[in-house]
Amino acid sequence: MKKRLFSLGLCAAMAASLFAGCGNNSSSEVSPENVDTSGELTWRIGGIGPTTGGAAQYGQGVMNAIQIAVDEVNAAGGINGYQISFNFQDDEADPQKSVNAYNTLKDWGMQILEGTVTSGACAAVSAETYNDRIFQLTPSASSTSVTEGHDNTFQICFSDPNQGTVSADYIAENALGTKIGIIYDSSDPYSSGVYQNFATEATNVGLEIVATEAFTADNKTDFSTQLQKCKDAGADLLFLPFYYTEGSIVLTQANQMGYAPTMFGVDGFDGLLGVENFDVSLAEGVYLLTPFAADAEDEATQSFVSKYEEQFGGTPNQFAADAYDGVYIIKEALEAADLTPEASNEEICEALISAIQNVNYNGLTGENMTWNAAGEVSKEPKAVIIQNGGYVSVQ
Amino acid sequence: MKNLNKSTQKLITTILTIFVLYIVMQVMEQTGNLSSLMSGLLVPVCAYSLVAVGLNLCVGYLGELSLGHAGFMCVGAFTSAFFSKTFQGTIPDVPRFILALVIGTLAAALFGFLIAIPVLRLSGDYLAIVTLAFGEIIKNVINVLYIGMDGNGIHFSMKDMMSLGLEPGGTMLINGPQGITGTPRQSTFTIAVLLLILSLIITHNFVNSRTGRAVKAIRDNQIAAETVGLPITKYKLVAFTISAAIAGVGGVLYAHNINSLTATTNNFGYNMSIMILVYVVLGGIGNFSGSVVAAVVLTLLPELLRGLSNYRMLIYSIVLIALMLFNWAPGILKFREEHGLTGAAIIGKFKKNKEVQ
Repeated sequence: MKKRLFSLGLCAAMAASLFAGCGNNSSSEVSPENVDTSGELTWRIGGIGPTTGGAAQYGQGVMNAIQIAVDEVNAAGGINGYQISFNFQDDEADPQKSVNAYNTLKDWGMQILEGTVTSGACAAVSAETYNDRIFQLTPSASSTSVTEGHDNTFQICFSDPNQGTVSADYIAENALGTKIGIIYDSSDPYSSGVYQNFATEATNVGLEIVATEAFTADNKTDFSTQLQKCKDAGADLLFLPFYYTEGSIVLTQANQMGYAPTMFGVDGFDGLLGVENFDVSLAEGVYLLTPFAADAEDEATQSFVSKYEEQFGGTPNQFAADAYDGVYIIKEALEAADLTPEASNEEICEALISAIQNVNYNGLTGENMTWNAAGEVSKEPKAVIIQNGGYVSVQ
Repeated sequence: MKNLNKSTQKLITTILTIFVLYIVMQVMEQTGNLSSLMSGLLVPVCAYSLVAVGLNLCVGYLGELSLGHAGFMCVGAFTSAFFSKTFQGTIPDVPRFILALVIGTLAAALFGFLIAIPVLRLSGDYLAIVTLAFGEIIKNVINVLYIGMDGNGIHFSMKDMMSLGLEPGGTMLINGPQGITGTPRQSTFTIAVLLLILSLIITHNFVNSRTGRAVKAIRDNQIAAETVGLPITKYKLVAFTISAAIAGVGGVLYAHNINSLTATTNNFGYNMSIMILVYVVLGGIGNFSGSVVAAVVLTLLPELLRGLSNYRMLIYSIVLIALMLFNWAPGILKFREEHGLTGAAIIGKFKKNKEVQ
């Protein structure tokens, strides 16, 4: 019996040794680093997002954009004289997987996290970074639950309240519609978050909501019921706070029904013109809020878009642009705080928390971007209208 | 040890193995040798093992297929997290977690009981169909559930947040698809291991009890069991309720290990139910310790394959197919028997060596 126990213990120890070895200080193994910087001291920036699964296009975009920015910064001499190494982990947009991805990055020696891409996963990860005191900047997780109570988490995108409120104000000010119909994805935190804030503000500014219809992630291929109800209720403006894939279906089906209200999407609609097999002429006259337009004339945008198309193919969307900006924001904050990678995670975190609130950044997704202590960005959402197959700013 | 029957010996070996692994993990964690990834996975691994043990009771001993065990996990997770969040400021940590555990388990058991009443009276594959629907319904119900709390008490709605009419300063407890955010993190590895061992003891004792023998008799030949006067429905109900309750315990652990609890297809939907079924089938139907091993291996595998980037999805499926073939394909089984590669043969060799020594 004793021998048996002993051998059992030995087996267990051997099995355990398989899992060990990647403690805090050993970083030689673990994961492919996207930038080879073996040996030298570098900034270790981690990224998390879905590169597989249903939301993969957002994660891929963010990953590629960060890669472009990191390459640019490294080519220009790095941050405070140190190169950046970048490691992106997949989370399949699942909170638990996201925490696993975060722990993997921690083992790799991550100092700053630029992620995660989706809101639900980000809320789970920001609780972890808060406990571990690692600075986190999310390109696209817009829910308030991400930043609430976590002083180390900052957003580059607009928060849900911001988008919902601004949309309602904009519609009221410009008298785009009087009877509002809303279709939203009730199983998606982003969509329902924007909807809730829109509806709250709409009553404040005197918009009449005549129909509110929901769909879920499980049945998002047919919207004829929701559209019919909005039509019957006499809605002359449809507020559509969800992503462009479903957006293209809504527009197509509304056209088939001969229903032509004013369509108003939020930033998720960015990318609508790139949907395959979608008749782009249907998108004419659609309003959307976006801080980024891939066909903008300025030099920074054009250089980013052409690099993206060249390296990865496809047109970058707004999330990618946010992620690209993120690297430069981190760079600016690190330079302002005059840090080196020798500092501990906690020192970097505390220094960046105060530094980012003094940053005034001009990037692809907005000018004079600043951050408050709550972690929200202040930049002006730009309303654009689709005309002749392109975005036109409206003011 | 020699006087005990074979299954009890096996149970004791399993528990000892888990215990030794637990000690090793604890020592590694204390000395800082455990990677963050591994220490983050310890509790989820135990949670999935629990659900797999629960489902194995249903599939292996009741002989009924359930495709909705993630649904019971979901019920356990959300009821307990809701309780913990509501009484976060009013009840001290330890009693609150114990209460949350009890509530989560009972809620899952209740749903298991309610579903089993009509379905287990039928024979055939009805349980699989109904549990599949149940899992999806639970997930969707939670996604439209809005519960908030302010000075006037608790507000409830199935429409949206605004219709709750919360006072300013009120807190959202369940916010529809955003789920429950800010559940206190109380699941520790120690608690998880204790619960896992407890569930193994309970299931082991159950299947070897009078009731358990009746359940097995019903599984093997329902008509014969009916003929000797066994109340079929009662025994089936008991077994299924226990199975659901154990899945609920897994859910409680899961919920108290993560800050943001949402009900999506990946964590509480159809995909997860199938995943749990895979643990059970791979570990061996009716073999509880096998379920634990399969759950541990299959939870760790995709994480340990992270180095392969997105190819890990591909490798994972191939490994899964290979493992299934290795365990179940008749040709390979024959080959393993001929070359002394079966579990029994290896243990036999091990024993022989010991006698020689």
